[in-house]
This record gives sequence, C-alpha cells and structure tokens, in this order.
Amino acid sequence: MTIDPGLQGRSYPAGDSYSVGREAIRDFARAVKATHPAHYDVAAAEALGHADLVAPPTFAIIVAQRADAQLIGDPSAGIDFSRVVHADQRFVHHRPIVAGDELVAELHVDQVRAMGGGAMITTRAEISTVDGVRTATTTSSLLVRGEDQ
Amino acid sequence: MTVELATLEVGLQIGTRTVGITRQDLVRYAGASGDLNPIHWNPSFAEGVGLPGVIAHGMFTMGASVQLVTDWCGDPAAILDYQTRFTKPVVVEDTTAQPGEPGAVVEVTGVVGAIDTERSTARIDLTVTSAGQKVLVKAQAVVKLA
Repeated sequence: MTIDPGLQGRSYPAGDSYSVGREAIRDFARAVKATHPAHYDVAAAEALGHADLVAPPTFAIIVAQRADAQLIGDPSAGIDFSRVVHADQRFVHHRPIVAGDELVAELHVDQVRAMGGGAMITTRAEISTVDGVRTATTTSSLLVRGEDQ
Repeated sequence: MTVELATLEVGLQIGTRTVGITRQDLVRYAGASGDLNPIHWNPSFAEGVGLPGVIAHGMFTMGASVQLVTDWCGDPAAILDYQTRFTKPVVVEDTTAQPGEPGAVVEVTGVVGAIDTERSTARIDLTVTSAGQKVLVKAQAVVKLA
C-alpha cells in the first residue's frame, strides 16, 4: 500500500452540514472535562455576549474529522485507517461556534510527505456556516505508518 | 474578563491542572466526538497494532488540557488559536474494579509565552505530561484579552 503523492493539492467540497446542538455541546464539554458554565447554561453564555451555548475550543474536531473521513474513505487515496496516527492538530477560530450553527467543511490536502514506508498527510478544513460565515480553520497532520513501522 | 493584558509578563505562571483519566472517560469521549477507533477502548486491538495498551485519544488530552486556559481567562470563546503536537501516547490502565481510581494522570501547567499588545492577545504555552513524560509538545493557546 502506498500513498499517492498526487493527493497533495486535492480538495473535497463541503458535504452534508453539521447541526450544532446544545446537547452535543454539553456532551462534548463533559467528555473533555470542560467545566465553564457557557458550555452548559444558556443564560451564562448570553451573559458573556454569546447567542447560545459556546462550544469548547476543540469541538470543531467533530466537523474536521467528518471532513477528513472523505479523504480516508476515498479508495483512490490508499490510506489504511488502522495505520493512521494523529501527529498534530491546530484550531484557528474566526468566530466562536455556538449552538444553532449549521456548519460545513471544505477539506484541502495541503501536504503529502513520504516518511519511511509511510507518509505524513497534512489536511486543512475550512469550516463555515451554511450562510458562508467563516467559523474555524483546522489543520491536522496524520501519519500513515508503513507496513514495517 | 478577569485577566488584563497590561498585568501580564512573559514567563508568568497561569496555574496547574491535574486530569485523572479512566477507560470510561475514553468511551465517553469516543461517543461525544465520533472517534470510535478501537485503540482507545479495546485492549486486544490496541496490543494487536503494537501499542502497549489502550491509549487516550490525543484529542481528549488536547481538549482536557485547555481547560486550564479557559479557567484562567474566563471565556472559552477568547481562545482564538490552539495547537499541539502529539508525541507520546497516554496509556490508560483498566481501573474498572477500583471506582474513583484513574487509569492515567495528566499534569498540565501553563505560562505566558508571548504578549501581542497590537492584537491584544497573549500566547499561553502549556506543558502537558503523564508518568513524567511530555505527551503534548508545542501546546500553545492564543487568547484574546481586554
């Protein structure tokens, strides 16, 4: 199995939208042991000037990993998911994600580098609302281990 | 905002946080995030791919560590940029038979790494360790301050 270096520069258009629900924010906040009231209590979020519950700083990974799944699940990419290791991650927030947002993500394969028998793949998800408001840019590097690694 | 940029200086400690992790926490994170990779909940699968045991999602550790910054700045939405590299896996032992006992412990400390008065932001550099080893490297959060 080899990773096609021609993947670099490929992009995947936004797929189905992700509807940000209050319970999803609460569940994710509990899951990362985030305790700020703005994740749980609408009045507390409003008191800080937000329209609704505020998602934790890494919540966008849900949307980003759904976008990454398009690449990983693309048979022409040649990626064996069981050999994928998350190497690094970045979130740049253009505006907070809040409950009620309808988000879409466009995925870009920014870099593919051969690493031993495997490859390091850097993807970028441009996340926006369905109305076109830029929300977050997430960048992930995925190490696909070679057969002998 | 409880923190003002003018009161900060590079090197200032913002605090520490200790996060105990159980296998149940990983199942919860798997469900909440949609990341169902069995290396995070199935010991035989994890060992079969050459890992020492069930490991925490890197994104769990990243997500739990930033709480230190949220507590310090007072608003999760003030965190404009947050990044890290994942270096060492956090192996989480099975403590199901010892309720309340964590299967791994992560220690988080934070210092002010840089101040940008033009953008009114501070960069917080996190040190995140487990069992004496750095598990996140270059963990940095940029925070908007008043």
